[in-house]
Amino acid sequence: MASIDKDSLTNTFFVAIVVCLVCSVVVSGVAVALKPQQLLNKELDQKQNILRAAGMLDEGAVVAPDGRSVDELFSEFTVHVVDLNTGQFIADRDPSSFDPIKSAKDPAQSTKLSNDEDIATLRRRENASIVYIKRAEGKLDKLVIPVRGYGLWGTLFGYLALDSDLQTISGLGFYQHKETPGLGGEVDNPKWKRSWPGVTLFDASGSADVRLVKRRSNSTSAVASREVDALSGATFTTRGVQNLVNFWTGELGFGPLIHRLKASNG
Amino acid sequence: MTQQRDVLVDPIFNNNPITLQVLGICSALAVTISMTQTLVMCLAVIFVTTASSLVISLVRNRLPTNIRIIVQMTIIASLVIVVDQVLQAVAYDISKSLSVFVGLIITNCIVLGRAEAYAMQNGPWLSALDGFGNAIGYSLILIGVALVREPLGAGTLMGYEIFTPVSNGGWYHTNGMLLLSPSAFFIIGLFIWAIRSWKKDQVEAPEYEIAANVQYREVM
Repeated sequence: MASIDKDSLTNTFFVAIVVCLVCSVVVSGVAVALKPQQLLNKELDQKQNILRAAGMLDEGAVVAPDGRSVDELFSEFTVHVVDLNTGQFIADRDPSSFDPIKSAKDPAQSTKLSNDEDIATLRRRENASIVYIKRAEGKLDKLVIPVRGYGLWGTLFGYLALDSDLQTISGLGFYQHKETPGLGGEVDNPKWKRSWPGVTLFDASGSADVRLVKRRSNSTSAVASREVDALSGATFTTRGVQNLVNFWTGELGFGPLIHRLKASNG
Repeated sequence: MTQQRDVLVDPIFNNNPITLQVLGICSALAVTISMTQTLVMCLAVIFVTTASSLVISLVRNRLPTNIRIIVQMTIIASLVIVVDQVLQAVAYDISKSLSVFVGLIITNCIVLGRAEAYAMQNGPWLSALDGFGNAIGYSLILIGVALVREPLGAGTLMGYEIFTPVSNGGWYHTNGMLLLSPSAFFIIGLFIWAIRSWKKDQVEAPEYEIAANVQYREVM
């Protein structure tokens, strides 16, 4: 060993190649070996987020109060790919291999939004997305839709769940955001999240109009049931949340689907 | 024996990577918002620093001088990716909240600092001890910072409520500033102050002295 000139050209190349080979084998070996577990984790996490938004799983819990596991609970949902323009399900598309957020970046699979339409600051909206529907005795019981929109520092990603009347919110939860901890980050506060169930979505004319307000209107007024307390010290996050809920339940979001389901459910 | 002990214990107070060398500050700001995240981050750094010092020390006699930093970085980066992948598989929630900061261990100056300053000159056993000791010194400061930030900033410790915050119907008014990065600077500053008043030899000599003001005499 000592006789080798470590700064020679041969040794430099030799060391560089050996280091690269060994490191790449180690890294790819670990990545490949752990991939199945990571995918499982990701899937489980997504299911938990959906169930939490639908109010079927408590915050931080991994099993339902009645002891059923996440997979059992989630099996009550059917997953559909839905055409956002028409509100029709696309039966021949496999939801498990379809990523709506990725397709929103693809010009062929998305639509550009004009400034007036784009209240949630998405720039492009995918043409098709995924919804999760829970049916009980043949009738729709819960509808969970993915929502996203810009807050203060970045896009908030979450799920919004609607009750069987498709008018009452049954929960809203974000699984990814970059809001300021302690201010906008309070979108994760369990107490604030509990103020969402029971809030109604659409006004008399049928357009989505949830309002996050500093001061609640008189409880007898028509808008009182559509109001949620704003987050103090987080004006931009609050505005972002209000806009993203109204966007995704509106005509450019899942509105056509919601109207269609409402009509067919009677 | 004493050399081994010194290598292991020195970085904890006498030559702490954060308070004396002032390295690795960025991750100390980022992850100390919650104790759980901090502990996982500390374990990750302990593993990476120890293993990288060990491996680099083993190959130090073959390392060509002109590509040594690149080789060190490659080894460190590989170890960090391994840690990141393992976290994603074993502790998905924590790895999600740590997000990029695990990956940023690669740029943590402590790791490369130990590799270049110590492991390149010393044997594998001592280098591993040195890496471990430095990572412990780093971890102690991080845990200290998290111990201040999480309870005062959010009223929780390890996610369990210890002061019930007003927003959850309790009495404690959370101090939002402690959840923002600058607060870690203040706390680390206070730690440095405390350690340097205890160990006076760590106080740096002033780079210049302000000359006495003599102008008023000229006026008189």
